[in-house]
Amino acid sequence: MEHIRMPKVENVRLVDRSSSRRIQVGTLYLTATHIIFVGKGSEDRNELWVLHSLVCNVVKHKSSQSGYPLLIHCKNFQVIQFIIPQESDCHNVYISLSRLSRPEKYEELYCFSFNPNVDKAEREHSWDFLNLKAEYSRMGLPNKLWHVTPINREYRVCDTYPADLFVPKSVTLPVIVGSSKFRSRGRFPTLSYYCKENHATICRSSQPLSGFSARCLEDEQMLQAIMKSNPGSRFMYVVDTRPKLNAMANRAAGKGYENEDNYCNIKFQFIGIENIHVMRNSQQKLIEVSALRSPSMGEFLLGLENSDWLRHIKSTMEAGIFISKAVAEEGVSVLVHCSDGWDRTAQVCSVASVLLDPYYRTIKGLMVLIEKDWVSFGHKFSHRCGHLDGEPKEVSPVIDQFLECVWQLMEQFPCAFEYNEKFLISIHNHVYSCHYGNFICNSQKERKDLCIKEKSHSIWPHLWESKLDFMNPLFKPDQSQNQGLLRPSTAPYCFKYWRRLYNRFDRELHPRQSELDCLMTIKEETQQLEEELALYEQKLAVLDKERAKTLYMQKGVLDSKQALWSLPLDTSLANTPQDYIGGFIGGAPNVFTLQQGERESAELSLFGDKPKSSDADSSDQESGVADFSSHSSGEESLPSEDSVKYPDSDETGPNRA
Amino acid sequence: MELSEHIKTANVEDVTLKRPFHPALRGTLCVTSHHLLFSDRKDEASWQLLILLRNIDAIEKRAVGSSGTITIKCKDLLVLQLEIPGMEECLNIASSIEALSSLESVTEMYPFFYRPSHLTLQGPWGLSSMEQYYKQTERLWDRWRVSTVNSDYSVCPSYPSAVIVPREVADDMLIRSARFRQGGRFPVLSYCHHRNGMVIMRSSQPLTGANKKRCKEDELLLQAVIDGSELGYVIDLRSAQQAQQARMTGGGFESKSCYSHWKRIHRHHERGKVVQESLIKLVEACSDPSHSVDRWLSKLENSKWLSHVHSALSTAGLVVECVERDGHSVLVHGSEGTDNTLLVSSLAQLILDPASRTVTGFLCLLEREWIQAGHPFQQRCAHSAYSHARLKQECPSFLLLLDCVWQVWRQFPLALEFSEALLLRLAQEAYASNYGTFLCNSEQERCAAGVKENTHCLLQSLLKPDIEEQYLNPLYEPTDLAIWPSVHPQSLQLWTGLFLRWTEYAQNMVEAREEVWSIVKEHRERAGPDQTNNTLSTHCETLTPFENLMDELTIL
Repeated sequence: MEHIRMPKVENVRLVDRSSSRRIQVGTLYLTATHIIFVGKGSEDRNELWVLHSLVCNVVKHKSSQSGYPLLIHCKNFQVIQFIIPQESDCHNVYISLSRLSRPEKYEELYCFSFNPNVDKAEREHSWDFLNLKAEYSRMGLPNKLWHVTPINREYRVCDTYPADLFVPKSVTLPVIVGSSKFRSRGRFPTLSYYCKENHATICRSSQPLSGFSARCLEDEQMLQAIMKSNPGSRFMYVVDTRPKLNAMANRAAGKGYENEDNYCNIKFQFIGIENIHVMRNSQQKLIEVSALRSPSMGEFLLGLENSDWLRHIKSTMEAGIFISKAVAEEGVSVLVHCSDGWDRTAQVCSVASVLLDPYYRTIKGLMVLIEKDWVSFGHKFSHRCGHLDGEPKEVSPVIDQFLECVWQLMEQFPCAFEYNEKFLISIHNHVYSCHYGNFICNSQKERKDLCIKEKSHSIWPHLWESKLDFMNPLFKPDQSQNQGLLRPSTAPYCFKYWRRLYNRFDRELHPRQSELDCLMTIKEETQQLEEELALYEQKLAVLDKERAKTLYMQKGVLDSKQALWSLPLDTSLANTPQDYIGGFIGGAPNVFTLQQGERESAELSLFGDKPKSSDADSSDQESGVADFSSHSSGEESLPSEDSVKYPDSDETGPNRA
Repeated sequence: MELSEHIKTANVEDVTLKRPFHPALRGTLCVTSHHLLFSDRKDEASWQLLILLRNIDAIEKRAVGSSGTITIKCKDLLVLQLEIPGMEECLNIASSIEALSSLESVTEMYPFFYRPSHLTLQGPWGLSSMEQYYKQTERLWDRWRVSTVNSDYSVCPSYPSAVIVPREVADDMLIRSARFRQGGRFPVLSYCHHRNGMVIMRSSQPLTGANKKRCKEDELLLQAVIDGSELGYVIDLRSAQQAQQARMTGGGFESKSCYSHWKRIHRHHERGKVVQESLIKLVEACSDPSHSVDRWLSKLENSKWLSHVHSALSTAGLVVECVERDGHSVLVHGSEGTDNTLLVSSLAQLILDPASRTVTGFLCLLEREWIQAGHPFQQRCAHSAYSHARLKQECPSFLLLLDCVWQVWRQFPLALEFSEALLLRLAQEAYASNYGTFLCNSEQERCAAGVKENTHCLLQSLLKPDIEEQYLNPLYEPTDLAIWPSVHPQSLQLWTGLFLRWTEYAQNMVEAREEVWSIVKEHRERAGPDQTNNTLSTHCETLTPFENLMDELTIL
């Protein structure tokens, strides 16, 4: 609390980014955990809640006539602009927010103060929702070739790995220790995915400390053992996900990649995914493009091209495809690594797993996959997501890219996934929100030391409760092409801009009616009808079936149906006009903007929310965004000045009058 | 010369056919006056491929030893390969295709020979006439009338024989106004808004010329359109500079001094060759899946196709804003008034008018605003994206319309009664068809060629006896509201269904559409037929408050 210099500011204006003409006046509150804006003058609950942990940066802009603008960029790509009347207030809010959004200690994070109304037992239970042991046994492990090694129980061999690791049974403890000493950060080769059908595996590690010529017998034995644990194959792939040049540069620092001559029967392969710094810059450019106000089609497409983002998504996808094909089609095991084996390696292993195993295309399956390949294997969430104030160069959207790869796959295979994109977006939001303990810290060990499980809650049961919102009505698990390996196309036109994520809060950009929501309602209703039918059939049997009863049944079904349909779908938004002038006039003058805003502010909501269910996150305040439950009238009247909209350039002076 | 004289080799055996997603097939190839027929030689359940020669946009020949390969590129963007044993046969086939796929004479084209057993040539041709449209639209009766001033097509050769004009404007004034407009396309009614009686008019540019000629009758005609209300908008589909330049060549615009109650808004739209080249570039970009993402995006951008989609939708949105929200009438024109003008006026109607979002309503809209209104289909659709022929008057205006409609459907997946499949079918038929609907450039030409007497009408056959299920949107829920599309670049997408139609990508979408149908059918089965109606009425009620709100704000 000591960081809050200014708990409350009155007469603050909240500006809608999509149209500077939509402005709302209200009160801004700073609490220990949230920025809260309460619009005034409306009976509806016009509130905006933003978690401090979601704030990416705060920028003061040059003062304008109406006050001092403050721009807040969030990690979930929301952009909020406040205009604060007094300069001192603005400065105080700025200073407070800058500090609040950059916590120095873990203890300051929201997950440690978030206290939903559940008891201790329930909280502990929430952490048992996912069980990695069960996941490995689903894969068919342990078996006669693979077992759990106790070697890292105390995190002594590798402090960024989980305690329980699967290695070939034939590998002895000294071999593991030897291999770990030959690997960057001790991240020795260990199992990530096991394919029951053909015994091929995906293993992961960090880069070997090979330098220009160093060898390690134990490491070579380790790889040999992994290859031999797949009895059907005579070689294995070693995939280095880095560009060859980067890997070679690492040799000078005593690191590097496997020399094919030293290892028996390996096929070595570079894949060329760029490093975290390139990705961070690329996403930054993408975000800038997504935030352009009324760009032309050309500006947008060129911006998208220049960001290189989709190229990076494609290379990640291609790596995943290579591995999944090696495992499923060739039956060959693959060892994947990058430098440290916690970024690109995590991406690539998990993309390959989604392609390989339909289980990961279910809601529960994706949760498990993230828990396994990302959380347990030490993806450095705290650093990559910038949870704490720290080195900005450690921040990188690595998990964003994984989620996006899954989304791109969903676009290609609309019937192959149990979940929809809302699920991915919710996960994305919570990875950054620090609302739950799952994505705090950089490794399992750190989480244990910090007693995350004792002090915070797990996100997964919470998401599971909203399962219905995350369902893809088109999911057809029994269809043959949706079973087994997915074979996506990597033609360039298959990689699309993820509007729902990057323009998540720009509501006017999204379709006004949701096909999926509509189908979901229909499906639920069908199911309900079926259940009712079954129920009535049961009753009928009991009542010793008379003809008259049949009529009664039909009536019952009718009533219940009507009730269901009164739930409004998104059609209510059909009449929100768009800004058709935006791109064509060179920005309306400021004075005009504000007058317009003043006049309309009373009747307008800013980001008036869709009726529930359209955005799973909007229902829970703690997640960062609260409902604006008012109507979305979203009316803008046309500017009536000719000079703005109708340049009569051809007219000569006298004619004009 | 008889068509059959173009055929030197009618049959070739042992031809190999390659097409996307199918294994190569061996069979017999056969050329007829209008078709290319391939059938594999298995005796039972033989498979046949029948391609209308008119559908072939370009062919490429290549010699491989003693045999030849012909690559056939169709106007519907399908690409096929035929391996023909024997060089001479190959060359003969190729030259037959070249000659027969680009027939100039309308009456030699296939629609004049297409005689399916289930259709008869008796009865009226087309869905509706201007007179019928007028009769059905009660809100027109008071202030508007049907004029037959053009009954012999002498006033405006590209207009239909009957047009709707303000009641108080006499035919001789129309004749004068027509003389003042390019191609005689004087302002006529395109749509009257059901909510407020405001209208969308369309015309060609006025012929003011360099010395600012005026035409009293034209001014009075437009005055009569707004009938005492203060303001109307002229949406000029050229930039102010282009409109200015047009004066040098005899064209021009409605100047403020002469049309004091009309405000002019200029919106730049590309036309003609530029748009055709866009299509060519886009299809070229789509045809190489080995491009890098960067190259693809830059090619996509460079094609400018999506920019045209963007302009068309935003201008249509602007027209709708003027009509629905500001409550003013609008006159739309570019230069000739036969391409972008029709594009914008028909899109605006789709956004405004729930009646044009049903299958019948949409087909009637196309008939009225494109076929009867004189979009020169024959010139515009002579070639598609693959042809190497020098461009003459080709321009994919109609394809652009279908793309825009598709974009609207993407954003309002419940608001249109028809499906993407219908749009794809129309895209195909406009370029090559068994039907006479898209033949010729105007009603006058169609009359002269006897199209109505000697061909079948596509629009009729789509609706009779019943529209095929695949052309319906299973999720359709009528709404009375205007459906304002978003025109942000982020909201517009490449129409994969059309441009990537023959790729794996589109195949997966077919599966998804089938699943949508099966979900809806299962529901209908459970709920019974009565339920569907119930659903709609309940749903409409939830919309009413918004309607009222809308009206209030419009008055503001």
